[in-house]
Amino acid sequence: MEWISYLGPLWQGAWVTIQLTLYSTVLGALLSFAAGIGKRSSIWPLRILSAVYVEVFRGTSLLVQLFWLYFALPLAGNAIGIDLRLDPVVAGVLALGLNIGAYGAEVVRGGLKSVSQQQLEAAQALNFTPRQTLWRISLPQAIPEMLPAFGNLAVQNLKDTALVSLISLGDLAFRAEQVRNFTQDSATVYTLVLLMYFGMALVLAGMIKLLEMSVGRWRTVSR
Amino acid sequence: MSSQTPASPDQTPARPLVRFSKVTKRYGEHTVLDDLDLDVAAGEKVTIIGPSGSGKSTVLRILMTLETLTDGLIEIDGEPLWHERRGDQLKPASEAHLRKMRGQLGMVFQQFNLFPHMSVQRNLTEAPRQVLGLSRKEAQSRATELLERVGLADHANKYPGQLSGGQQQRVGIARALMMRPRVMLFDEPTSALDPELVGEVLHVIRTLADEHDLTVLMVTHEMSFARRFSDRVCFFDKGRIHEQGTPEQIFTDPREARTREFLRAVLEPDV
Ligand SMILES: Nc1ncnc2c1ncn2[C@@H]1O[C@H](COP(=O)(O)OP(=O)(O)O)[C@@H](O)[C@H]1O
Ligand SMILES: [Mg+2]
Repeated sequence: MEWISYLGPLWQGAWVTIQLTLYSTVLGALLSFAAGIGKRSSIWPLRILSAVYVEVFRGTSLLVQLFWLYFALPLAGNAIGIDLRLDPVVAGVLALGLNIGAYGAEVVRGGLKSVSQQQLEAAQALNFTPRQTLWRISLPQAIPEMLPAFGNLAVQNLKDTALVSLISLGDLAFRAEQVRNFTQDSATVYTLVLLMYFGMALVLAGMIKLLEMSVGRWRTVSR
Repeated sequence: MSSQTPASPDQTPARPLVRFSKVTKRYGEHTVLDDLDLDVAAGEKVTIIGPSGSGKSTVLRILMTLETLTDGLIEIDGEPLWHERRGDQLKPASEAHLRKMRGQLGMVFQQFNLFPHMSVQRNLTEAPRQVLGLSRKEAQSRATELLERVGLADHANKYPGQLSGGQQQRVGIARALMMRPRVMLFDEPTSALDPELVGEVLHVIRTLADEHDLTVLMVTHEMSFARRFSDRVCFFDKGRIHEQGTPEQIFTDPREARTREFLRAVLEPDV
């Protein structure tokens, strides 16, 4: 029963992975809404800023973004005399959050676009301001539409966290590599890691499903 | 809830509450409203009938500011809707002006357009609270009263999806009345309903319009309702009022051939 002894370090890594996923998904969600709403703003600098953010972070790979934040940013900071060295956790959360936020922004934009013209006309006829219409009519109707796509992004994000092991962050992938190096028992270690990622993904998807059910309750009522 | 305008001091005939003067609406080359003149007096009930595509909805939608006009002038109680007076010139209206004017109008839609994610109660109270700044208590007592009037007091906590079409439209009417508009616009309020639900909605429109002395501009295909309800019937064709008159005159003695043709088609459809 060798493998039981692997569980300690692997669990330690899994805990880091969970935290990374949690923080970066929350950051990504905030960025998704900011940029997704920004892209439809009536203020053009906000539209441009949102579009640039989305294009840059969707157009480059997460790995490059991570390395840039962790290795290049401090050098750039050096050049102008500011200390921009980031803690690996901060760099990881930032890179993951910025990346997932760029994809999420498109989900938010699409969700808002799916709100029917008739709803917007009803809001206008009642003299809601554009801002009130966004927060009270459009978003509450669009969020249940967005959640399945957000769920996929969150699971994607969980899987992407494995990349942060490349900046020596002790996540699940990193610990797995350590244990494997130490024991040379690749088959067992990788099987355990696979199962652990899969378990976390299941829990995450379940949580999103619950959220979906609670915010979209009005969609399932019947006569 | 009074919709009466003060009598003009010089005792000239009271100016209309709503006035369209030479209003034109085009989509590209397509002219939808063609030099339209239309007056609605305070308290008057005017119905618009006419063939599909003749511009009936467009009249209401431009009035509700859901659609812009191409040319002409619309006034509400003497004040331009789509323009602002600067000195003796008319400038395109600012958003603030449109908001002020919009507050005098209420609209009921063919497809109800209730907010599906809000309870019936919140459908009614949301705009009065957010837009008019009513307190929760004020808004709720207004809602309770109106739900009572439209026969839905027991349904306040349901979602629109749990109601029949007729019930939803009654909520739609109550929701518009919550804002206490001076003019109520109805765009085919019963066209989306199963036939057996039409009566309850028309009944509610009729009793509320009487009770509140509402000024009403309504597009409808319910001819017998138009006949009993309206002070005046306008027959629309090709973006103009082709003929107008009392319901009595239009329905028993239409002067224009097009009006006769239309009425024959809707009243005695060939099978
Ligand atoms: N957004 C639009 N773009 C182009 N044409 C339009 C638009 N909205 C309405 N129309 C046209 O305007 C005409 C009048 O429409 P409408 O006022 O809805 O007619 P009605 O309510 O009498 O059936 C129709 O021919 C319709 O095709
Ligand atoms: Mg129409």
